[in-house]
Amino acid sequence: MPSVSMIVNGKPVSAAIEARTLLVQFLRETLRLTGTHVGCDTSQCGACVVNVDGRSVKSCTMLAVQAEGAQIATIEGLAQGDRLHPMQEAFREHHGLQCGFCTSGMVMGALDLVRGSPDPSEHQIREWLEGNLCRCTGYHNIVKSIAAGAKAMRG
Amino acid sequence: MATAADGRFLAGGHALLPSLKQRLDHPSDLIDPGAIAELRGVTKAGGILTIGAMTPHADVANSAVVRASIPALADLAAGIGDPQVRNRATLGGSVAGNPTADYPAALLGLGATIHTDRRQIRADDFFVGTSKTALGRGEIVTAVAFPVPEKAAYAKFSGLASRYAIAGVFVGKSSKGVRVAVTGAGACVFRDLDMENALAADFAPRAIDGLRIPVSGLRSDRHASAEYRAHLIGVMARRAVAACR
Repeated sequence: MPSVSMIVNGKPVSAAIEARTLLVQFLRETLRLTGTHVGCDTSQCGACVVNVDGRSVKSCTMLAVQAEGAQIATIEGLAQGDRLHPMQEAFREHHGLQCGFCTSGMVMGALDLVRGSPDPSEHQIREWLEGNLCRCTGYHNIVKSIAAGAKAMRG
Repeated sequence: MATAADGRFLAGGHALLPSLKQRLDHPSDLIDPGAIAELRGVTKAGGILTIGAMTPHADVANSAVVRASIPALADLAAGIGDPQVRNRATLGGSVAGNPTADYPAALLGLGATIHTDRRQIRADDFFVGTSKTALGRGEIVTAVAFPVPEKAAYAKFSGLASRYAIAGVFVGKSSKGVRVAVTGAGACVFRDLDMENALAADFAPRAIDGLRIPVSGLRSDRHASAEYRAHLIGVMARRAVAACR
């Protein structure tokens, strides 16, 4: 079995895995980081979005071995102790989630948006959410949450 | 690749990995050229825009050089899939792996040249059928060279779930004439010569009015009938001509 090494939430990890292991399987099953979800498994729903070298990607459509040497950020790496990340706090404050299944992907995707556009317009946010499906909220509160999170991150 | 019984190049993986999950393909080996820096990036020289095969769609969409020289290409890249797909999926993967994707329409509509590790192939000779290209065994696309047109635009009608074009039309106008390339509607991207001739005489949406789009050869599936696709081709072509810049 091939061995793979990467930095996940700031910590170096390596493991021997089956070559066909998807990045999301590696995160959930090998590292037990189950905050990243598998929704559709067909690169459409965005529940599995994590950041690879700063870019949001669908971890169900990337092999773990393709992330060799990469910096991976997952939802588990955001909060500092009991203090939520400003984007997480904004989702809580603005009721940006109901069941929460899509939320980690929404938050990780939002962080990539804010990286490129620190002050995104509502239109930009809605366009950006094309690859993140939510079946509960109707998106309005998610859009508000991301705008508020971006504002909080600008300080 | 030379020693693999039945190897595949894995680019961004957004066509190949889903097909592996569905057990539609059973390669013996996957070769990931992702670490080869020479396969990535955009350069422009002498009216030719060259994009490396492993350049993700997001990089093409955000490239100032692409935006300034062929805005239609930047717009096309910005409209593929969703942001996460665009961060991974690549030009080369789209060209080599899926002749009904958006990029093949741009290649055909701009008269691009596909560079491989062995040779250069004109887009007209590259897309030859359903999931078939002119690539030989083990041959890899390294870059695509796009001649900068006078103006061009792409318009598509996407499937709601997959975001693939149900019908997409790329129109390119250059000193060599007008090219109209249709993707998503047939088994393989193709040129519509009747529209090209009509637009060469009068480059305006009205030139396409009244042209009959042949239904034969178009796909019929749960997304759209062949008749509906034929209608969409006309609508998308008119939109593309109107949007040309």
